[in-house]
Amino acid sequence: MPKDIKTPRIKGKREVPEILLTFTSAFLAIVAGLLMSFILLYILEATKAESNFSLPGQVFNNFVTYAFKDVPSIIKVLYNAAPLILCGLSVGFAFKAGLFNIGATGQYTVGAFFSLIAVILWGFPWWLAILVAMITGGLWGFVPGYFKAKFNINEVITTIMLNWVALFFTKLLLYNLPTMRTLPPGNRTDPIGFHNASGLLPDLGLKELTGSSFINIGIIIAIIVAVIIYIVMNKTTFGYEIKACGHNKEASRYAGIKAKRTIILTMIISGGLAGIAGAISFLAGTIQFTTDSTLLTMGFNGIPVALLAFSHPLGIIASGLFIGYLNVGGQAFEGVYSSEVTNIILSVIIYFSAFTLIVSQFIRKKFNRSDDGSGKGNIFKKITEKIISLFKKKEDVVIKDEEEVTK
Amino acid sequence: MENYIIEMENIRKEFPGVVANDNVTLRLKKGEIHALLGENGAGKSTLMSVLFGLYIPEKGVIKKNGEVVNIANPNVANDLGIGMVHQHFKLVEVFTVLENIILGAEPTKNGLLTTKEAREKVIALSEKFNLKVDVDALIEDISVGMQQRVEILKMLYRENEVLIFDEPTAVLTPQEIEELMKIMKNLIEEGKSILFISHKLNEIMYVCDRVSVLRKGKYIGTVNVKDTTTSKLSEMMVGRHVEGVKLSALRKKGNVILELDNITVSSKSHKNNAVNNVSFKVHEGEILGIAGIEGNGQTELVYGISGLEKLVSGKLILKGEDITKLSIRERNLKGISHIPEDRHKHGLVLDYDLADNLILKKYFLKEFQNHGFIKKSNVKKHSDMLIKDYDIRSGKGSSTITRSMSGGNQQKAIIAREIDCDTDLLIAVQPTRGLDVGAIENIHRTLIDQRNKNKGILMISLELDEILNISDRILVMYNGEIVAELDPKKTSAKEIGLYMVGSKQQAKKKKEEVKANA
Repeated sequence: MPKDIKTPRIKGKREVPEILLTFTSAFLAIVAGLLMSFILLYILEATKAESNFSLPGQVFNNFVTYAFKDVPSIIKVLYNAAPLILCGLSVGFAFKAGLFNIGATGQYTVGAFFSLIAVILWGFPWWLAILVAMITGGLWGFVPGYFKAKFNINEVITTIMLNWVALFFTKLLLYNLPTMRTLPPGNRTDPIGFHNASGLLPDLGLKELTGSSFINIGIIIAIIVAVIIYIVMNKTTFGYEIKACGHNKEASRYAGIKAKRTIILTMIISGGLAGIAGAISFLAGTIQFTTDSTLLTMGFNGIPVALLAFSHPLGIIASGLFIGYLNVGGQAFEGVYSSEVTNIILSVIIYFSAFTLIVSQFIRKKFNRSDDGSGKGNIFKKITEKIISLFKKKEDVVIKDEEEVTK
Repeated sequence: MENYIIEMENIRKEFPGVVANDNVTLRLKKGEIHALLGENGAGKSTLMSVLFGLYIPEKGVIKKNGEVVNIANPNVANDLGIGMVHQHFKLVEVFTVLENIILGAEPTKNGLLTTKEAREKVIALSEKFNLKVDVDALIEDISVGMQQRVEILKMLYRENEVLIFDEPTAVLTPQEIEELMKIMKNLIEEGKSILFISHKLNEIMYVCDRVSVLRKGKYIGTVNVKDTTTSKLSEMMVGRHVEGVKLSALRKKGNVILELDNITVSSKSHKNNAVNNVSFKVHEGEILGIAGIEGNGQTELVYGISGLEKLVSGKLILKGEDITKLSIRERNLKGISHIPEDRHKHGLVLDYDLADNLILKKYFLKEFQNHGFIKKSNVKKHSDMLIKDYDIRSGKGSSTITRSMSGGNQQKAIIAREIDCDTDLLIAVQPTRGLDVGAIENIHRTLIDQRNKNKGILMISLELDEILNISDRILVMYNGEIVAELDPKKTSAKEIGLYMVGSKQQAKKKKEEVKANA
C-alpha cells in the first residue's frame, strides 16, 4: 500500500480535473476500507479462544495479493467480473433514466434459466442461448417498466416482487422438466457438456493452455456490451432521450420525447443486460442451476458495482473487476477464517468504497474553500440531495460549486 | 459617525474563471431598508451569501456594530442575528408551518419536542408583525405568498435583527408584493434592518431608504432613494441608458395562425375545468397578450395548446389544420414553439449542458443526427452560434451545466432555442419572470422582432406593464374564461385590473361579437 498518496495539486489552480479527483477519491476510499477491515480482522482474532495476532497480518497480505499469485487466479477474477459488470450495467443503465432497478436479480435468474433450457432442451449454441437470455430478461424488465410508464407504479416494488416470481417460476419449471435435471436427488440442472457442448461459452482453446476451467469469453462479452452501452448512452439520440427523461421527465415531455416509451425501453434493455449476465454465469459450465429457494445475489451485487462507478458504463468495467478481485481474494481466508468473516471483510471494503463521493467532496471543500451549504436547518434537503446525487452522473458534484457563480 | 449595523468592506470573492465580487463595500444603517441593485450575474447573491456565511471571501472584512466578525458558516450568521429569505424558499413541503419555523431551533424538554411555547411565540410574532399564517397548515397546501411569510417568521423566531430578502417579489403576484412591502415597513418600525435584493426599480423606489448598485461584480455606488430616479438607477445598474420598449405602429392583421374553438381543459387541483369553452384566434404579425391573475387557467390553456395536457373538448386549428389529436412533437414540428412558464420544470434539463439543452427540440433532426448518432460537432456549432447571437453568458460556454447558470441566462437560452425553431406561432408564458430591466428589454425587443417578421405571438403574463407595453391586442382571462378583449391603446391598467378580478365583464352579447370579429 503506497503511503505517499498525494491529493491532487489544487492550491495554485482552482479547478481539479474531474477524472483525477474521482480516481484519487476512489483510491483513498478503498484504502480506508482495507484499513478498516484489517482492524476488524484483529478484533475478530482477539475474540477467538486462542488468539494468534500474527495471523491476521499474514492472511490479510494473502488476501490483497491472492488474485495476482498465478494465471488461474487472474482468470478467476475475470470470470467473476463478467456477470458483475453486466449486472452493474443493468442497474446503471436504469439509474441514468431515473429508474431504480432492484430486479436485476430476477432478470438474471430468468435469463440464466432460459439460457440453460435453450442449450439443454433445444440444443441451441451458446450465442443463441445468450440471445434467449437477453429476451427473457428483457421481458422481465418490461413488466415493471410498463406498469411504471402506464400507471406510475413504483418500479422498486414491482421489481423486488418480480425477483421472487422469477425464483419460484424457474424452480417450478425445473421441477416440471425432468430432462433438465441431474440424476437423483435431481436438485440441479445437468451439466451442459453432457447435452450440448456447443452450449458452453468458448474458451478459445485457452483452457488447455492455462489449466483453468474458468476461462471463457464472458469477460470479452461484458466489455463489448459495456462499450456498446457507453456509445448508446453518450453518442446517440436514444441515449440523449434516456438521460433527459432521467434528469427531468417533464422537460422531456415538453420537448416531445415520449417519456413512457423511453421508460419501457430502458427497463427492457436493463433487464436484457441482467439476462445476459445470467447466461454468462451459467453457460460457463462451472455452476449449476439449483432448486434452492434462495435468491441469486448476483443481481444485487450489480447495485454497488453501478454505484461505485457512478453508473458510468466504462467505470462499471473497473468496478466490476474490482469486486471480482475482492471475491477471489476472499479465498485467502478459506480454512483460516469462517466464510462469515470473509463476507464481513468484503462487505466492509465495498461499504467504504461507496464513500468515494464523500471523499471527493471533502477534498474539494478542503482545497477550494467553497461551501455548498444551502442554509441552516435544512439537513433533510442536504441528505436527499446527497442520495440523489449518488444516482446521478459524477459531474453533478461539480455543479454545486458552480451554482452561485453566474448569479 | 453614522450608526451602521453591518459593514462589508472591500469584499472580493472569486470563482473558477469569474470574479463575482470585486472590492465591494456595503454599509447597512440600523433601521433602514437598503436595496442591493444589480442585473443578473452582478454578484448580488454572492455578496449576500458571503454575509450569510455560505461563502468565505478572499479579501475584505465584515463588521457588525463596528466590530470585525468572522462569519464562517450560516450558524455564525444566525448567532449574529443575520437571517435570510432565499429566492427559492427553503421549506420542508410535508411539514406544517410551525414545524418549519422551529426546524433547526427546536425547543425540547428532556429530549422531547415541546411545541406549545413555540406555537405561542409564533402566533404572537405573526400578530405583532401582521404576518398572517396558519401555523398548522402543511407548506405544500399554502400559497407562495404565505410560504414567504413563513420564511420571514423563521427569521423573526430566531430573533434576527438583520433580514436579507433575496429577490422576494420574483415569485409573488402584484397583490402579494404590496402586502410584502407593508410587512417590510412594519419590520423597520419594530427596529429591524433590511437588506433588499432586487432589480425591480419601482419596488426599490417605493420601499427603500438607500440603494447600493453592483454591476458585473463591481461596486458602482450608494445613493439615497430620495435623491434619485428610476432612470438614473437603471443607468447605474446597466451602464447605459435604458428605455422601455414600445411597440411600433400596429401592422395590418395577417392571416389566422392559430384558432381555438371552444377549448376546455381540466384542472389538476380541483374538479372543475381550469379552462372553460375558450375561443380566440392568433394572427400573423401580432402579439396577443393574455392578462390575468395567476391560477385563472392560463397555465392550463397553454398546456392544452402545446399538448402537455389533453383537451376535454374543443378544437385546435393551426394554419387551417386540425391539430387537436396530434402529439407534442407533431405540434412542435407543425409550427408551435413554446417558452414555458416554469423554466426549471419544463424549459430545461438542468443537468444537461447548454449545448444539449439548445437542441432539446431539434436533436432528432437530420442536422444533428445520423442514423441515431448525434453529430457532436454540429451540436457544438449550433450552440456556439446561439450563445453568440443571443448573448447567453455562462462560465464555460457550450459545456456549462445549465443548473449553474443564472436565471436570466437560462431564460435567454430557452428563448434562443424556441426562436431558433423558427415556427409561425410562438407561445411565450411569462417570458420575463424574475429578470432584470436589461434582460427584459432584450426579451421584449426579441419578441417584437419576431412579430415584425410576421410571426404570431401568444404572450401570457402576470405583469400588466408588460401586457400593456408590447401587446397588439389584449385578452383578459378570469376563472377559466376570456372575459374581455381590449385594445391596449384605449385601455388602462386599472380597467384591465377590474376584469382580472372579475368585477367587470364584457356583456355576453359583446363577447359573441368579439368572437365573430376575431
